[in-house]
Amino acid sequence: MPLNPKLKKVLVIGSGPIVIGQAAEFDYAGTQACRALKEEGLEVVLANSNPATIMTDAAMADHVYIEPLTLDFLKKIIKKEKPDGILSTLGGQTGLTLSMQLAKEGFLEEQGVILLGANPETIAKAEDRQIFKDTMEAIREPIIPSVVTNTLDGALKFAHTVKYPVIVRPAYTLGGTGGGIAESEEELREIASSGLRQSPIHQILVEKCISGWKEIEFEVMRDSAGNVITICSMENFDPVGIHTGDSIVVAPALTLADKEYQMLRSAALHIIDAMSIEGGCNVQFALNPESFEYAVIEVNPRVSRSSALASKATGYPIARVAAKIAIGYRMDEIANEITGKTKACFEPTLDYVVVKFPKWPFDKFVYAARQLGTQMKATGEVMSIGRSFEQALLKAVRGAEISHDYLDDAKMRAMSDASLTEKILAKDDERIFAIYEALYRGYSIKKLHELTMVDEWFLAKLVNLCNMEKKLAKGELDSDFIRILKQNGFTDKTICRLSGAKSIKRLPYSYKMVDTCGAEFDAQTPYFYSAYDEEDEAASFIEEHAGKKPVVIVFGSGPIRIGQGIEFDYASVHCVWALKNAGYEVVIVNNNPETVSTDFNTADRLYFEPLTPEDVADIIRIEKPVGTVVAFGGQTAIRLTKWLSDNHIPILGTPADSIDAAEDRGRFEALLKDLHIEQPKGTTVHTRAEALVAANTLGYPVLLRPSYVLGGQNMIIAFSDADVSEYMDIILSHMEGNLVLIDKYMMGTELEVDAICDGEDVLIPGIMQHIDRAGIHSGDSIAVYPAWSITEEQKEKLVDYSTKLAISLHTKGLINIQYVISNDQVYVIEVNPRSSRTVPYLSKVTGIPMIDIATDVMLGRKLKEMPYGTGLYPSAPYTAIKVPVFSFEKLSGLDTMLGPEMKSTGEVLGIAPTMSEALYKGLLGAGYNFTNKGGVLITVRDTDKQEIIGIAKEYADLGFHLYATEGTTKALRDAGLSVTLVHKIHESEQNTLSILESGKINYIISTSAKGRSPLRGSVKVRRRSVELGIPCLTSLDAAVALAETLKCGFHPENASLVDICKLQH
Amino acid sequence: MEKAIYLQLADGTCYKGTHFGAPLVDDIIAEVVFTTAMTGYTETLTDPSYYGQMVVQTFPLIGNYGVNTGDFESNGIHMSAYITKEFCNAPSNFRCQMDLDSWLKKEGIPGICHIDTRALTKKIRQEGVMNGRLTMTEPKPEDAKMLSDWSIKNAVRSVTCKESYEIPVGVTEHHVVLWDFGAKQNIARKLHALGCQVTVVPAHTTCEEILSLKPDGIMLSNGPGNPKENLAIVEELKKLCTHKIPIFGICLGHQLLALANGADTEKLKYGHRGANQPVLEHSTKKIYITSQNHGYAVKTDSLPECAKLTFTNLNDDTCEGISYQSFPGFSVQFHPEACGGPHDTEYLFQKFIDLMEGREF
Repeated sequence: MPLNPKLKKVLVIGSGPIVIGQAAEFDYAGTQACRALKEEGLEVVLANSNPATIMTDAAMADHVYIEPLTLDFLKKIIKKEKPDGILSTLGGQTGLTLSMQLAKEGFLEEQGVILLGANPETIAKAEDRQIFKDTMEAIREPIIPSVVTNTLDGALKFAHTVKYPVIVRPAYTLGGTGGGIAESEEELREIASSGLRQSPIHQILVEKCISGWKEIEFEVMRDSAGNVITICSMENFDPVGIHTGDSIVVAPALTLADKEYQMLRSAALHIIDAMSIEGGCNVQFALNPESFEYAVIEVNPRVSRSSALASKATGYPIARVAAKIAIGYRMDEIANEITGKTKACFEPTLDYVVVKFPKWPFDKFVYAARQLGTQMKATGEVMSIGRSFEQALLKAVRGAEISHDYLDDAKMRAMSDASLTEKILAKDDERIFAIYEALYRGYSIKKLHELTMVDEWFLAKLVNLCNMEKKLAKGELDSDFIRILKQNGFTDKTICRLSGAKSIKRLPYSYKMVDTCGAEFDAQTPYFYSAYDEEDEAASFIEEHAGKKPVVIVFGSGPIRIGQGIEFDYASVHCVWALKNAGYEVVIVNNNPETVSTDFNTADRLYFEPLTPEDVADIIRIEKPVGTVVAFGGQTAIRLTKWLSDNHIPILGTPADSIDAAEDRGRFEALLKDLHIEQPKGTTVHTRAEALVAANTLGYPVLLRPSYVLGGQNMIIAFSDADVSEYMDIILSHMEGNLVLIDKYMMGTELEVDAICDGEDVLIPGIMQHIDRAGIHSGDSIAVYPAWSITEEQKEKLVDYSTKLAISLHTKGLINIQYVISNDQVYVIEVNPRSSRTVPYLSKVTGIPMIDIATDVMLGRKLKEMPYGTGLYPSAPYTAIKVPVFSFEKLSGLDTMLGPEMKSTGEVLGIAPTMSEALYKGLLGAGYNFTNKGGVLITVRDTDKQEIIGIAKEYADLGFHLYATEGTTKALRDAGLSVTLVHKIHESEQNTLSILESGKINYIISTSAKGRSPLRGSVKVRRRSVELGIPCLTSLDAAVALAETLKCGFHPENASLVDICKLQH
Repeated sequence: MEKAIYLQLADGTCYKGTHFGAPLVDDIIAEVVFTTAMTGYTETLTDPSYYGQMVVQTFPLIGNYGVNTGDFESNGIHMSAYITKEFCNAPSNFRCQMDLDSWLKKEGIPGICHIDTRALTKKIRQEGVMNGRLTMTEPKPEDAKMLSDWSIKNAVRSVTCKESYEIPVGVTEHHVVLWDFGAKQNIARKLHALGCQVTVVPAHTTCEEILSLKPDGIMLSNGPGNPKENLAIVEELKKLCTHKIPIFGICLGHQLLALANGADTEKLKYGHRGANQPVLEHSTKKIYITSQNHGYAVKTDSLPECAKLTFTNLNDDTCEGISYQSFPGFSVQFHPEACGGPHDTEYLFQKFIDLMEGREF
């Protein structure tokens, strides 16, 4: 069947903001889908609230709506655009759920819109726990004994029959939110209640716990003709019990005999067929390691994180093919892009091993619970490819940017055997290092298998590595052994560190191609990974394909983490495209499987490698670039700068020295002094004692942070000596030897400027103003473009300072500058001569292709030659507001109070003709509920008690009933407001927690002088609000903004829609 | 202790690797072929169709789950030598009985590992299957020339059963004669599971001898080598086709049946060996992923009028299946019995049963 002739216009729904469990993989999928649809001549309408994505670029679709992903807004879009079909399976859980609701309500039918990819029945078969169970039983596919229930009682009864432990999985939640393993009745009461609360349909599945079984996944595809194929099998290093998103995963499955493999493959195909899915599907199995018994754990009838991984692991473009299938094509009608000769209907075969390693946020969130379970906690992941498991694993570990170049860990080595065993049983993010250490100490494979249920095959591989480490420690370094070490993934640096050798002779990498077919066909995929083998395919590929074009290498941004998200992939990809347009042959190096940058179609050549000097050195050797680009890959790429410049490898754009000048405190201070620009007073300290002296000299509050940071890592505002002491201890234990910066903390209006400089002139696309005052990390602030409350004079000063700073730092390309205005004085807080988090958003709303211009500038073009002029670009007739989105419900124990340490995982955009409407849309898109009645619970620290009065009055005037804790109540009552007193947790049974649970509270305003520790009452209240889904404002400015928005009375009917493709400038 | 071992190809290329498996006493000369299957090495090693060949596994980690005799497709290993990137000496699986290295030693099959198997695969893909020599001493370049003269001989005769035997079944619904040209055991297992009583007969059995067994159907097995090496069998098959007994041919059996009906076969450049070959069934337009292991194929343009092309390989459009109008018979080039490989075309065995029961095919 070719293209469905009824289709002329298709709506693609994206996945919204990046949250844990739903990251850049859907931008990759959505971008592929949009392209695949446009290729067919279809008119594409895109809806996604996330402005940092590539898919929301005006060029990706014919109509782009960066609007809240709510039913109301989607209906508005559908009514306006009148698409013929909706692609439901490429926007993650968000896109799927929304599509299903639209269909269920009968809205799609009424509008004459067809649901493509999966119909409502299919979605329900996979998503609704009971229907899923019934479907599996009907087709005789085994599932785990379970019960679907809406009550706690039902859960308890079932657990009594099948015996503990049991697993709780709430229906329709993302990444297993609200689920967990209960070992006892007490635990089940807790987990089941929370699960019921978090499920939008108040339904949970309670199942027998089969922790310890192997966890195997299959990515399968089906077309409308019923053809089914398997794309990839994957096996979790960590057995069932740890969410697959938090597991180390290998592809293909490595410990299955053909009988087991084929049994599960057939089952996966049987399931996709029974569900009549048209497109991609992910099936997760649990396999008893001691028999052929298996159970289907989960089916996702859509593209997913696993499908992105499978696409990158095999080279098979799942999302692209899924999109083509959804619009009517059969698999044998879709060309295989890799061979160019065959069709998409084949099963990839691998001649390498892929390892995926998760990236967790615990380095930033020291108080968050690190234990891994059924709820995903990783923010991102890296993938690596090797000819052996050991090589792939070590590449993944060093690419994850977790301060490990190998599996040894000083902290674990110092542990007693008992603590080590405890650490292994704790199942946290560091378990692999603990397991390695135990094997190194001589624990038997059998014992570790009993402790962890990790398959003996993996453990034996770790023992291989242990033996190599031991041999290294003896210093026996002959050339054969070095070669073996390199083949097993050791770097020269690691070999030297473990053996004590000063240096070793460099063995060059050779590169192998990822071609989906194990070399059976002549593929032309420009997709490579490093190995130590004889033939170098990249070298011959380059030779065969060598045009006359000069080569440029772009370094990507590695795994997604707090502070370094999808924005940097957006920037990297745009840089690649701009370089291609400028006539260069472009090479990209990156190791994040979720991204568009690692699509082998993005650059001319892709190297899937960690971004460390040793891993990129040979790429540079064979590619012989005329330039390299580090400015768009976040801190990951910036970290390569020094090495590149020391090795005289040309860096395009801002010179390495300028990056250093902006980051080195001494040099930066001197520069500001020269330019007569003020910055908050501060100094550098090494020890706790020095920090205390400095803090008292500067006067509290002060800001403490380690030098060289991103995303406010370990950054705090200290109000007292006790705060300083506590944080110095934490910071120094995490990064010994690092300098700590201590600054006077300035209260005031925070502004952010992204500018492009060609060395002579500066173009400022826009000035953004933060709603939250300084002190809240810029990534967590609500940012408004254009700045709304600064004077012309202040604006001129900002332009003047930005221009001076950019030029004197010899910037060639992008620069991001953060300012604070306090008492009409403009201070510079931070300067980063590179791409920033706000670039994609600003590019979209100003219509200035910032990355393209920056890239051109890096190549030597002048701003004056380009059509956008210099100086401050005129503001757009829209207000565009970036609202941060958090993943607090996934990270138990983490205080939600915002501060200088970044906590958000993603963002949404609200764009509208007025600021209040933009804010309404932004907050709505970020998940806030809007209501004008009910209650507001207020509990603020002493320093906020004056200011809260006016804010509380606004809420009271809107018709809210006020509730407050004792101190706050007094302050409000003194001001004449009517308040109900609520006791603190330790004061009474009827307290802040019980009032939250009562359902009387719609919003919480909570600030506290101290936070962080989950044991504090204020943190408990905020955590509870997360669990209950009650918006909790931890900044007074945000509270004001929300009140203002509520006052304006916007609702979906009276809100406007803005098509990004038709923005008027 | 690790020993160096060399693989010399007919074009002069030489790979130095590490020896594993059984000791190599005399040099081994064999045809070098590659398989892209990622699992199922036990089945591959025991597949008699690999007679006279050395097999390169494109997947680099072999031996992960050890060896289990329950996975054997014949009584032992029939290939000449084994080529892998890495082999696993610490396997893990609940059914594992021994590791790969020990098994190869027991079976007397030497192996070479730690060579650039991808480079070797590419070479075969580009230049076609080639003969190779496995030797413990560094070979002289001039020795490569004589390798081209060697060819696989007496392939079927070497792997077929010596005499016929029966696989009894509780309630016999059909009696099938399995003509063994080097049969994988799963063919018999599949028939058996469908209630067939199977009589396995050696390759040199005549048409009359087969007819005397009064079969309800005849199964032509897979097997090694050039189909045209088996002219006597083809002659017997010609006779057999004149009786209206249902016939089902797999792989070599498919090729022999085609030859008997006047079609021609040809050698493919590097064959189809793996578990991911897509084939299109013309009658239903459905695509199946199949397990394959063959170096020769039936030439589609040589099919006589009585033969209808039923399956085509989606990668290279070669003939993958035929049905015959002149007698109730059909055949496929791929392996519906799987092991190793996908079970997607298992339904063909049921079709064979249907045919024996006189149902419309």
